[in-house]
Amino acid sequence: MSIKFEVNGKPVSVDVEARTTLADCLRHHLRLTGTHVGCEHGVCGACTVLVDGDAVRSCLMLAAQAEGSKVVTIEGLSNDESLTPLQASFRKHHALQCGFCTPGMITTAHALLSEEPDCDADRVREVLSGNICRCTGYISIVDAVLDARAAYKKRDGGP
Amino acid sequence: MKLPPLEYVCPTSLSEAVALLASRDGDAKAIAGGQSLMPMLAFRIAAPTLLVDLRKLPNMREIKIGADGVRLGAMVRWRDIDKDARLASAHPLLKAAVAHVAHYQIRNRGTIGGSIAHADPAAEIPGIVVACDAEIAVTGKSGSRVIAAADFFQGVMTTDLRPDEIITEIRFPAWPARRRWGFQEFARRRGDFAMAGAALFYDEDAAGSVINAHVGIIGVGDRPRRLPQVEAVLNGRAIDEATIARAAEATSSSVEAQEDIHASAAYRRALAGIMVERALLSASR
Repeated sequence: MSIKFEVNGKPVSVDVEARTTLADCLRHHLRLTGTHVGCEHGVCGACTVLVDGDAVRSCLMLAAQAEGSKVVTIEGLSNDESLTPLQASFRKHHALQCGFCTPGMITTAHALLSEEPDCDADRVREVLSGNICRCTGYISIVDAVLDARAAYKKRDGGP
Repeated sequence: MKLPPLEYVCPTSLSEAVALLASRDGDAKAIAGGQSLMPMLAFRIAAPTLLVDLRKLPNMREIKIGADGVRLGAMVRWRDIDKDARLASAHPLLKAAVAHVAHYQIRNRGTIGGSIAHADPAAEIPGIVVACDAEIAVTGKSGSRVIAAADFFQGVMTTDLRPDEIITEIRFPAWPARRRWGFQEFARRRGDFAMAGAALFYDEDAAGSVINAHVGIIGVGDRPRRLPQVEAVLNGRAIDEATIARAAEATSSSVEAQEDIHASAAYRRALAGIMVERALLSASR
């Protein structure tokens, strides 16, 4: 079936099987392989993308359900010139090792900070409880997100 | 795993959606947020040949609060309940329970109707609708009907909903301002399925004795249930240490418990008693 939606600001049209998840559509059809697929049943959070501004698990959504939506992936939260404040904060705090969970951590944290730039450590932990990291533990990740809050307050909505 | 092959349709009216569900002899399934159904498909526990997406149906996302209670459209999301400040007074028990549902990303898509249709015994909202005597409005090919929550849940992921029926609205009776309530659940990690949980409320007469006690349990048996033996312990008594201890004891001795890899039936019965104890402590504060 043919589906039209917007990815990272650009309109796209894809032809997919009805059973294709949004995650597989992004990776296989649109070659946006920054979105990682860990568990494929909605527990690990690695595949988190933004759909109409909300952080959602792209493995728990059919591509067909994204018809007409604005989707932002990890590729849409970075640029070629420099690190964004959130990326820079992850680097500063060593908030990643293997990097597999990082796209989901960044997209989730971006959605949180865009909406709640004043969130406290408890709120960050509660929100990131839906994202599994098997390398670092979570202290450095929570620190990185907390440290990035200032940039979201300044920019009023984030990068 | 990848999902099984299926067809997908996205009707724009309730009658069209019902007709599509009725067209496959039980092999079609409605999908709203998909946060329970998509994992079922990924595990291939469910393999419908047709998915009927409800997202374009009108009037399914409203939260109406009036003198007769709270009415939630079936496609109200957890996030919508979180964001609705009116519910803190209109239905604080509902609001408190929803705070325990799943994780951030799932809360952005998961719907109240979807959770009720899925009927996981450990899910919060089925427990809340049973504890509160809520009504579940559904529409199918033979028309609309309203089902009492106690009659709706029939077992693990088994409900009174017919294959061609769609949940349209959840109706909670009005919530008196002075009502006492408590919600407690135990899960090994925040957002995981509860191994036991208690949702309860009661009113008090002029002398401070309990009237109208409602005690619901989730995550212990094959479906959410009220515990009449525990309600009988509470009704007519003041909530003090002795009453709470008796209620906890009555919970553990009367609740039906199942076992799985996470906990034995005996452990779940004991845990249910502790959840009722904690819920009563928080209600009486």
